[in-house]
Amino acid sequence: MDNLSLPKIDYAAVAPMLILFGVACLGVLVEALLPRSVRRSVQLVLALAGLVAAFVMVVLQSDKRILTAGGAVAVDGPTLFLQGAIILLGLMALLLVGDRSLEHGGAFVAQAAITVGSDADRRQAGRSQGATEIYPLALFALGGMLLFVAANDLLTMFVALEVFSLPLYLLCALARRRRLLSQEAALKYFLLGAYASAFFLFGVALVYGFAGGVEFGTIHDAVRESDRSTVLLFGGIALLAIGLLFKAAAAPFHVWTPDVYQGAPTPITGLMAACTKVAAFGALLRVLYVAFDGAAWDYTPILGGIAVLTMLVGAVLAVTQTDIKRLLAYSSIANAGYLLVGVLALSKDGLSSTMFYLVAYGFTVIAAFAIVTLVRDADGEATHLSRWAGLGRRSPLFAGIFTFILLAFAGIPLTSGFIAKFAVFGAALDSGEAWLVIFGVITSMLLAFPYLRVVVMMWLSEPGESTPSVSIPGGMTAAALMIGVVATLVLGVAPAPLLDLTANAAEFVR
Amino acid sequence: MSDFPFLSVLTGAPLVGALVVAFLPRTKPELAKRVALGWSVVVAAFAVALWIAYDAGGDRFQFRESYTWIPAWNAKFTFAVDGIALVMLLLIAILVPLVILASWHDADASKRSVPVYFALLLALESTMIGVFAAADVFLFYVFFEIMLVPMYFLIGSYGGHQRQYAAVKFFLYSLVGGLFMLAAVVGLWALGGKTFDWQSLLSAEFATNTERWLFLGFFVAFAIKAPFFPFHTWLPDAGGAAPAGSAALLVGVLDKVGTFGILRYCLPLFPEASRWFAKYALAIALIGIIYAALLAVGQNDLKRLVSYTSIAHFGFIGIGIFAFTTQAGTGAVLYMVNHGLATGLLFLVVGMFVARRGSSLVSDFGGAGKLVPALAGVLFFAGLASLALPGTAPFVSEFLVLLGTFKVNEPVAVIATAGIILAAAYVLWMVQRTTQGTLNPALKTVDGMRKDLSLREKVVVAPLIALILLLGFYPKPVTDVINPAVQATMQDVVDNPDPAPAVTEAAP
Repeated sequence: MDNLSLPKIDYAAVAPMLILFGVACLGVLVEALLPRSVRRSVQLVLALAGLVAAFVMVVLQSDKRILTAGGAVAVDGPTLFLQGAIILLGLMALLLVGDRSLEHGGAFVAQAAITVGSDADRRQAGRSQGATEIYPLALFALGGMLLFVAANDLLTMFVALEVFSLPLYLLCALARRRRLLSQEAALKYFLLGAYASAFFLFGVALVYGFAGGVEFGTIHDAVRESDRSTVLLFGGIALLAIGLLFKAAAAPFHVWTPDVYQGAPTPITGLMAACTKVAAFGALLRVLYVAFDGAAWDYTPILGGIAVLTMLVGAVLAVTQTDIKRLLAYSSIANAGYLLVGVLALSKDGLSSTMFYLVAYGFTVIAAFAIVTLVRDADGEATHLSRWAGLGRRSPLFAGIFTFILLAFAGIPLTSGFIAKFAVFGAALDSGEAWLVIFGVITSMLLAFPYLRVVVMMWLSEPGESTPSVSIPGGMTAAALMIGVVATLVLGVAPAPLLDLTANAAEFVR
Repeated sequence: MSDFPFLSVLTGAPLVGALVVAFLPRTKPELAKRVALGWSVVVAAFAVALWIAYDAGGDRFQFRESYTWIPAWNAKFTFAVDGIALVMLLLIAILVPLVILASWHDADASKRSVPVYFALLLALESTMIGVFAAADVFLFYVFFEIMLVPMYFLIGSYGGHQRQYAAVKFFLYSLVGGLFMLAAVVGLWALGGKTFDWQSLLSAEFATNTERWLFLGFFVAFAIKAPFFPFHTWLPDAGGAAPAGSAALLVGVLDKVGTFGILRYCLPLFPEASRWFAKYALAIALIGIIYAALLAVGQNDLKRLVSYTSIAHFGFIGIGIFAFTTQAGTGAVLYMVNHGLATGLLFLVVGMFVARRGSSLVSDFGGAGKLVPALAGVLFFAGLASLALPGTAPFVSEFLVLLGTFKVNEPVAVIATAGIILAAAYVLWMVQRTTQGTLNPALKTVDGMRKDLSLREKVVVAPLIALILLLGFYPKPVTDVINPAVQATMQDVVDNPDPAPAVTEAAP
């Protein structure tokens, strides 16, 4: 035991995570020590400052390519790019979370434990300020995501998975309006998420049995050289994939998505749709490209089948939705399918196009949910589609912005959605996965219909009695919305810089 | 002079105009109309300057400009026009001001913003110019797709009866075609050497099956756009629901993107697949001619009727393209221009009738010529041009198509000729039922029917009538420009696009 020593840690490389976890812990102290009246502003400033600091750290070490913390964390191109993306998108989501001008007290309930529908509940729905624990919770979640995309062994990845999942389960339950729906969503998410984690952990065990280690480098070597039973390997990959595909909302592990997206407070839905997706696909990329690339021949057809199923389920079921949040949830499932198409290219182009897609989609989807928070009446957000009829007449500017966002989702040129789709399809075709591209194109046609239906609803229908008007956004929502829309436009018109960035970042260390 | 960035200015100018018009105050519709009209006239003048600067005997592609766009994919803003694209640009630039003038009151009745209507027209012009001017496949695709957006809102927000249904159908059909093309564009890029440059792609080699799939991807998109049978069902709905001016642009120009795309992309890029597919293309073009003409005879709605006639005309254009002779190909391109003028005029005149009567049903008219003789006369003229009466421009093109086809494929030419007889039937019957015969008593009670052509309307129809007559007697300025481009295109597909007449072959 003499030569047992602590692993060397490159603190600069892990600084973004340390900053977020540190600020989150500070946030807990703020909750405990500061008076209620100042907590919200302190928390908000603290959280935003933490994110900015973390982003600066990511940018500062953009050239770093190392393994650190005893090989548990890999800081390389994809890590830094995805961490930067998570932080930026998290920043936007946090602006939505922090906005209280749309509703008295914000979108979050003050005390989640009060019985729904009781007198106390009605009182707090009307008057109380929202909870402020959400800021440290969100930061823990984002910190966990940063670790998730940087994890270089399966155990670190599992820990990160739990660190970012648990706060999200809680955040889902804290909606001020429709609290039963919100709590049900959280319970569903928690139970299914716990199953998925269990699958993941079991997969880790099988892979350990096969490779004799959990580091990706060890697994990579074992896949090439080990003469052990491949049953362990494939069983392990399958179980790991279940855990990861669950977070990515790929079919058939997608069933939680519509309910949770609908029930969660809309800013949290935006956070999940953008940041969780980046984290889940970041981890999936690393697992497949770094650890299991030697077994690509064996799993590509199955994951390809899942990609096709995901695109089909997302596109077909989106057609029948009548609630805008559920529609966006199914659209996010379909987008998970397109992302899988990029992942399965299993090439440098596949990696860079997937990363581009993640960022492009993230900006657009947060902007979409920002609009959803704005369309409201006395009972909160009006998410039923029939209520959106004639919105273009009432609020042409916001209906126009939302139309632009929907066109981006549909992949019309001059939006980031088109460039992103083109990139993943091109990468897949280049790798000979033409069948995935064909299914991608077919489902894109199907998926255009629900988006178009919303556009028709907003512009071509007459406003009804119950059509709400769009609330004037507070500064923070407006900022998030503008960032999202401008990014969608800029990445559609002049995508070259980001494409170059993803191309330069697209190399893992092993 | 040739260094001047003609094409990017021509593409961008209407867009700038659209932005200006869109932000004019809603309360001043007259101002918006005037600015839009003035702007489009300037664009037209610019297009004429382009025409003058074009050297008919010079290089195939002229006014080439190229700017970096997405280096990672080799996608560039490359503009260049050959003769075919040039005449289409000129057609657009001439039609748009006339359409704006003809649409003067179209948006007034709707509860929607009048400036936005004219801004959409200008935005549409910009995308249409872009799609013909692009010499980069990626850029072409981008314009091809965003062209849908302004047209969608023109139909959906300002159209008549069943506008929502028609707009969505239009958008979905076109988008489905566009996505097929997207798959083909991605494939072309991935397998053709990672470039989108049209000229570089010319030399790309593909495996036979791959080439056929890529060809089909493009062809389906263009066949939907054109529209060819059996992808045509969206056009009568869209043409019937769109405001008359937009409908004139829709069938006059927008649909030509389909046939233009076949000429520019399908044939030269995939010559082997084009030859393989030619017999099927000829078949669906023939079916289109007969089938659409028969349906046109049975229509009771004027705008739908005109839409069906143009589906039949597109059949002729299809035959001219896939006959693979220079003569037929020149006829087809000339037909694209003449059809834009003749059917554009027909749609605008029908629109004037519909605006007066408040209905587009043939049965709501009857003997209208007694009330509005001049307007009825213009309808008659437009009808005659549409059925390709000698002396009008479409006659020349139809004749060239049939002559060029006859040399290589007699049965096709013979069957297509039957379409001409049907054309006479639907046009003359339509004219007879609306303007001739006993006066429908209900017409007398309609205020609008008492006013014959106003000065504004005369200004709209006069240039079109003049052009149709001029090109009917003297098509040389146009054929001189398109002939070299068509010849080069056909040369890419078959070795000898100019077969000697059969008679000389038989001579000893």
